[in-house]
Amino acid sequence: MFEKLKYWIWMSSVPGMGAKKKYDLVNHFGDPVNIWNSSKRELMDVPFLTEENVNALLDRNKRSETMGIMDALYRNGIKAITIKDPEYPDCLRNIYDPPIVLYYKGRLEIRQLSIAVVGSRRATYYGKSVAERISAELAAYGINVVSGMARGIDSSAHRGALKGGGRTIGVMGCGLDIVYPPENKELAERITESGALVSEYVPGTAPLPANFPARNRIISGISQGVLVVEAGEKSGSLITVGYALEQGREVFAVPGNINSISSAGTNRLIKEGARLVTSAEDILEEFNLIDNLNQKKEGERVKTVQKSIFSALDEKERMIAECLLEGPMHIDLLVRQCKMEMQSLNTTLVMMELKGLVEMLPGKHYRLRI
Amino acid sequence: MGIDGYIVEVETDIGNGIPGFEIVGLADVAVKESKERVKAAIRNSSFDFPVRRITVNLAPASKKKEGSSFDLPIALGILSATGQVDTREIEKYLFIGELSLDGKLKPVNGILPVAVCAMQQGVENLILPCDNAGEAAVVKGLNVLPARDLEEVVAHLNGWKRIERYTVDVDKLFENSINHDVDFSDVKGQESVKRALEVAASGGHNCLMIGSPGSGKTMLARRLATILPSLTFEEALEITKIHSIAGTLPPNTSLITTRPFRSPHHTISEAGLIGGGRYPKPGEISLAHYGVLFLDELPEFGKQTLEVLRQPLEDGMVTITRFNTTLTYPAKAMLICAANPCKCGYYLDPSRQCTCTPRQIQQYLGRLSGPLLDRIDMHIEVASVKFGELESNIASESSPVIRERVNRTRKIQLERYKGLGIYSNSQLQPSMIKKFCKLDKSGRELLEDAFEKLGLSARAHSRILKVSRTIADMEESEDIKAHHVAEAIHYRSLDRKLWFG
Repeated sequence: MFEKLKYWIWMSSVPGMGAKKKYDLVNHFGDPVNIWNSSKRELMDVPFLTEENVNALLDRNKRSETMGIMDALYRNGIKAITIKDPEYPDCLRNIYDPPIVLYYKGRLEIRQLSIAVVGSRRATYYGKSVAERISAELAAYGINVVSGMARGIDSSAHRGALKGGGRTIGVMGCGLDIVYPPENKELAERITESGALVSEYVPGTAPLPANFPARNRIISGISQGVLVVEAGEKSGSLITVGYALEQGREVFAVPGNINSISSAGTNRLIKEGARLVTSAEDILEEFNLIDNLNQKKEGERVKTVQKSIFSALDEKERMIAECLLEGPMHIDLLVRQCKMEMQSLNTTLVMMELKGLVEMLPGKHYRLRI
Repeated sequence: MGIDGYIVEVETDIGNGIPGFEIVGLADVAVKESKERVKAAIRNSSFDFPVRRITVNLAPASKKKEGSSFDLPIALGILSATGQVDTREIEKYLFIGELSLDGKLKPVNGILPVAVCAMQQGVENLILPCDNAGEAAVVKGLNVLPARDLEEVVAHLNGWKRIERYTVDVDKLFENSINHDVDFSDVKGQESVKRALEVAASGGHNCLMIGSPGSGKTMLARRLATILPSLTFEEALEITKIHSIAGTLPPNTSLITTRPFRSPHHTISEAGLIGGGRYPKPGEISLAHYGVLFLDELPEFGKQTLEVLRQPLEDGMVTITRFNTTLTYPAKAMLICAANPCKCGYYLDPSRQCTCTPRQIQQYLGRLSGPLLDRIDMHIEVASVKFGELESNIASESSPVIRERVNRTRKIQLERYKGLGIYSNSQLQPSMIKKFCKLDKSGRELLEDAFEKLGLSARAHSRILKVSRTIADMEESEDIKAHHVAEAIHYRSLDRKLWFG
């Protein structure tokens, strides 16, 4: 088995060929070991291989690197799984161009429903908080949250899922020995504790821009549905939507303010027929899972807590809280709506912040926390 | 030296020998050139220029002298040595002025320090160019005699025609000063920023405004000068001295009676900002003495330029050392900085899309060094005002009303810090903070709580205490209460993790 894996890893590391070509080649020869042992003539006879492809396959240097890759896998605690393995995720196996080898860190058994939560890297506060909330809800229902480990929405989705106590899978666009973006190092460690980090790239592959669109097909491939939380008109997450539709996955979108540039993409998806989502229940409903929702009471409980907190507030605090119920508000607007003196508003807001009732967002906007 | 003058005695000797004209006494080029001006001016004013050997000594001979203000005394020295001027009373006079070739007197820089020095040294009369008269006349106890040309000076000394004494009414100058051409009531909306600026003005706190382009940072900073406490005569005199030396005094101004507002461009050099140069001149921070130094686009300033600002901000003065002199310029300015939140300026702006990458956003404000941020007490976030609010007629307070309150708060501070060498809360030293900014139990708990929950950085601690002292003073409360601390915490947004995290 170990000996066999070497040929698979070699095959996945051969440059100049896309996933589809490698997949076809493996099917053509039945097993990578046969490709390894083929002569130049035999390879030239394969109709879809170009001369460069053949040269790359026969490259001795590349072949000798394989042991080094296996060493790197071992050192970094990365496991590899081939498309022939029974543990290979079924839904991924059935897409048009599945990766022949999947590298992962953590635990990769995917038995439950998986939903991809994706969105713009340049996310607004709204997007990040929604991604975190819905992911937490999904995780609480025992649903796997899949995302791309990028900045913005992706990171928030992973964080939310961990907060909700569930499993989450991060699909990376580089080798798993590299953490990209670097600030997600801690997040990556937490993900591998319960879920997994996944990549089709051998260790040492840099996070090249070209890797990321290809990565998106794996995100949608291992999920049953894709939720786009926030996407601008030209966001990369719309590529994921394209793959999802191609692979026959459900597409969900979170609506945004119609004036907001960062929600233009999601609003268009809704116009074009994506299901509008405001909570995790909307997604469960699509998969007919709504019946066993005994956790819905949780939401009710939160509301009663909210009410009891409200009654504990003093007059000024209640006035502020009521204004903020509509959504985050700038301090200048707040002072006019509450008809308060600026200094007492400043003071009250800091007090409420310390009690954990409100949160200051950059730019002196305030948001009610509950 | 610095902003103080010293009296130079001009000695003239006319002897036999090869005709010539020599000036000695560490005179620079401009002084040496005065030979030709003096020669021409004397001839063209229908006096005789002696064809003999002339030696002029500027005493004390060991100090460097520069500028063209010695023309008039040198000319009079020659005239008196040749008996063309009555010298009996000449001891009671101090002369200053540049001569033009036809004998007219031209204004020179730095008159005020000279006048102050003359008065202190017991000189009774000062003869100077007409254009400089207003400036010198604010010094009490000095006869200011403005002359148009050399002939008038000689006529006065010889008793042919006396020059009229020039006087100004200082009180009147102050009355007129209240009229600023900008006013706080011009600012629509922005209640939170206005409150913050009032706090800043009340305690003399340095502050940093962060906001998108067009949100009105510059406009607000300009108006800050209008709510600062009114100047005292001594302060006005000191400001005018500096501007007199720098040559930035507006024509026909005798005294600067409004607080200066300086906003240097971000391409300014180190020497331009704190002063210096071959012939040292006060920099922008000294020109903003007792007023506002506004640095717009703070992160665009040269890193080194900002670093040199640290020491003057702390000490309230600039010391420039050259191999033969050490000068000190006062620099007690309130520092107001403005910065965009990111490179393109629209990070956090609700109406525009920011095109910066997360790394760029972090780097932009990260460029400001910790030690500089340490000298800034308050962070003010300025949001752009919507068009509707610009049109609205919500009545807002005018500058004089706010200034009245600021004056009251400053008076409390002046009394408290009597004899300590400081005049406002912003200047409290660490040892004084312990003494004057005692918190009660609830205040202390609140502060501890805030550090833990809001992720404030350690450098915020003393800043918060100082600002809360000011807020308590604004309410005329002797003790700092919890709600004062709470508001002070409000003004430390950059210390919070969310800005950089």
